[in-house]
Amino acid sequence: MPTEPTTKRSWRIHATTGSPVVVTVFALLLGLMVGAVVIITTTPAVLDAWRGLFHSWSAPAHALNVTFDNVGAAYRAMFTGSIINPPQLWHSLVTGRGWTNSLTPLSETLTYATPLVIVSIGVGIAFQTGLFNIGANGQAVIGGIAGAAMGSMVHMPSVFHLPLSLLAGVAGGALCGAIPGLLKAYTGAHEVIVTLMFNYVTYAFLLFAVLSTPFQQPGQQNDIGRTMDSSAQLAPLFGAHSGLRVSYGIFVAAAVVLFAWWLLNRSSIGFDFRVTGANPAAARASGINAKTVIVLVFLISGGLAGLAGVVQVASTTHYVDGGFLIGNAGIGFTAITVALLGRNRPVGIVWASLLFAALGVGGRNMQSLTGIPLDLATVIQSAIVLFVATPLLVKEIFRLRGTTQGSLQLATKGWGS
Amino acid sequence: MHLELRGITKRFGSLIANDHIDLEVQPGQVHSLLGENGAGKSTLMNVLFGLLTPDEGQIALNGEVVEIHNPGEAVRRGIGMVHQHFMLVPVFSVTENVVLGFEPTTSLNRVDYRQARDDIRRLSHKFNLDVDPDAIVENLPVGLQQRVEILKALSHDAELLILDEPTAVLTPQEIDSLMTIVRSLADSGKSVLFITHKLKEVKAIADKITVIRHGRVVGRAEPSASEGELASLMVGRDVQLTVEKTPTSLGEDVLRLRDVVVLDDRGLVAVNGVSLDVRAGEIVAIAGVQGNGQTELVEAIAGMRPVASGEITLGERDITNCTPRQALDAGLGHIPEDRQRDGLILSMSVADNLVLNTPRRAPFARRGTRNLAAVNTNADALVGRFDIRTTSTQAPVSSLSGGNQQKVIVARELSRPLELLLASQPTRGLDVGSIEYVHRQIVAYRNEGHAALIVSSELDEVLALGDRVAVMFEGQISGVVAPTTSRETIGLLMAGTRETSAD
Repeated sequence: MPTEPTTKRSWRIHATTGSPVVVTVFALLLGLMVGAVVIITTTPAVLDAWRGLFHSWSAPAHALNVTFDNVGAAYRAMFTGSIINPPQLWHSLVTGRGWTNSLTPLSETLTYATPLVIVSIGVGIAFQTGLFNIGANGQAVIGGIAGAAMGSMVHMPSVFHLPLSLLAGVAGGALCGAIPGLLKAYTGAHEVIVTLMFNYVTYAFLLFAVLSTPFQQPGQQNDIGRTMDSSAQLAPLFGAHSGLRVSYGIFVAAAVVLFAWWLLNRSSIGFDFRVTGANPAAARASGINAKTVIVLVFLISGGLAGLAGVVQVASTTHYVDGGFLIGNAGIGFTAITVALLGRNRPVGIVWASLLFAALGVGGRNMQSLTGIPLDLATVIQSAIVLFVATPLLVKEIFRLRGTTQGSLQLATKGWGS
Repeated sequence: MHLELRGITKRFGSLIANDHIDLEVQPGQVHSLLGENGAGKSTLMNVLFGLLTPDEGQIALNGEVVEIHNPGEAVRRGIGMVHQHFMLVPVFSVTENVVLGFEPTTSLNRVDYRQARDDIRRLSHKFNLDVDPDAIVENLPVGLQQRVEILKALSHDAELLILDEPTAVLTPQEIDSLMTIVRSLADSGKSVLFITHKLKEVKAIADKITVIRHGRVVGRAEPSASEGELASLMVGRDVQLTVEKTPTSLGEDVLRLRDVVVLDDRGLVAVNGVSLDVRAGEIVAIAGVQGNGQTELVEAIAGMRPVASGEITLGERDITNCTPRQALDAGLGHIPEDRQRDGLILSMSVADNLVLNTPRRAPFARRGTRNLAAVNTNADALVGRFDIRTTSTQAPVSSLSGGNQQKVIVARELSRPLELLLASQPTRGLDVGSIEYVHRQIVAYRNEGHAALIVSSELDEVLALGDRVAVMFEGQISGVVAPTTSRETIGLLMAGTRETSAD
């Protein structure tokens, strides 16, 4: 029997070992396939084509054509709406004009990804410590309110105003996170329940804040807060007239990624966090104070969520309203899946955030161009996370080989404790 | 049942776990399979029980060559297995556990519990198992849970019983009664395959002994063989079962316990007024049947359990009701009883585990940032010095054998300046080679003029290590004696007969 050439073989071994990155890429492909199935089964034109399968000899070819057209159009719209539109880019390169249109998709994806990276890293740090922060959304809401208040009700030069507004957001989120942390550390109250319920408290507080005199937009009867001074806003990266929303917030996110990498991989306190997350009993026996760790983690996790909230406000709307971060915009909940997809590691979370932001932004373009509902993006996101959470299934489907020991651990174990 | 294994070979990739193993068990015989952890005992048993298919070789039951493809088939052919980790449903009754998977049913497909209960009573009586069919398994002590496993095997008419490390989780008394049960099983004509790495048990119970090492049969012996002979067969070299101690001059009191009272998890008094001193240059060993307050006492010293009353002093410092951090900073080195739960982070690297309780100490960190180069240098040095067998200092501790995991803890504790080494069951579950190694390290530490407090439920260990032996019974010290004291006297103290101190 002829043996395969060694070079080809070693390449195949590399590509077919089920390393976490490979599994994630395959999970992404599977998610897109699930999305295609959803498009096929919900688009009337495609269904009609298949219904006429036996009406004529050309019908099967026609049905396939319609299917590929629709699925292709949907995913093309997603891609051009979130990353780049090649003809548009070509046009810009040739004529030197229309750069705003060429770069808007990327700019929008980055704009959405920026606060998502920050809040997801906060959630990921908690996961690595074995703690579930389900209240990141509420913490972001409070951070947004605190930042918007600092940015709109106090006036000073930008050098102080912007940092102080960001700090106010961090402080608001940290405070909001510290309460469940303290409750868990000193009374044993389960953080999942407390943080989850705390979200509703913060929503109520948001409505109260935007409807009460000191914070409500002057001259408004609606649920809209004051607009932040321009000295407190995160300015667009390419100037206010560029038409691109991507702001200096991405530098804040980059700083957070660096901080989180140092915290988890190089700092003593982060070592305590990981030890506590991996084995609370041994953590205690080796002198780590569990109460301190729990409170600190919730301060950091909440603080980052609050920072995400203020970055969101300061880089986009510049004011909070009664619907801030509620419903589809609830980045604190998306962050849980993003953190899991990124395996709770800062760099992984950056990629996962970009993917989720691109799917969301691209989904909007798809909806307006093809009429396929935006919810398809959510279906794809969910499917990807499901496949990432079941690496064995993915490896089975693609016949990937066993992975090296320990490289594919569950992102988090059980319900903390 | 007559069992014969002929040339059983099992390979895992390039590793040969079983290499042409021959083994014969006669009816009514207790055959002991002796070998260190990783020698291939479990692989062989899994082959016999149908969990693994051998690459070569034959299994013959009562002279008939059979192939066993799955555990169900093994059970039907009369092979019963009692696993080291019990396979019982904790919230079920004994009866429910025994019938699980093979429920006898009445006409309407209802489980016939009455029949099952009667069977259990009959078997229990026949072999002196003394198990209540209606007890809930989680309420039973470990020794009785094991008997439920044995009952389960017997209820399927097992003629050959495999006991996999059956004494690992038992107290000395429970071990004694297990031995009686095993003997009565053999006397009734059943064959027993008794897997262990403990020499004393082998000598006590076995009719025949087969020793395996690195997947090969390296010797067969009669129970009359000495422990030394068996140990060197098992390890492949001469093993020093006793550790030589050099005389040291006793120094100051290092650890002082004064009327220490500690409560257990249920709030009952577990340690009831213990006073004990440990001086520099001596090893004090605490003997006693497990569950007489030793665990709670150790946890109280380590700052992991509150002290209800009394006083604990380490060196100059009062460490009564301190935190684990304060105890560590006061110079306590702690080898915990449950190493995987309290002593290691299994998913983390060897290097990280070697600095687990000193991550902030120079040079491992400066101003809150860890110095990974120093952590790795430290790991390289300790892996060499303490002979930790690992592929790399970056490998997760979970990839190490039990003995090497314990070496990681010993290395970590003995590599920093200590006032007192506190070790609880330091060699539980370790093979002979590792036991010898850990004992040597502890004695060497004492020979340098340091103090150590050792808690062990193995009398051999207590007598081998201790310069003084304190016996605990029901939360109190029932006597402090010299290690030359007869086993009978110490046994009486362990059973609660008080005696005046003889130190």
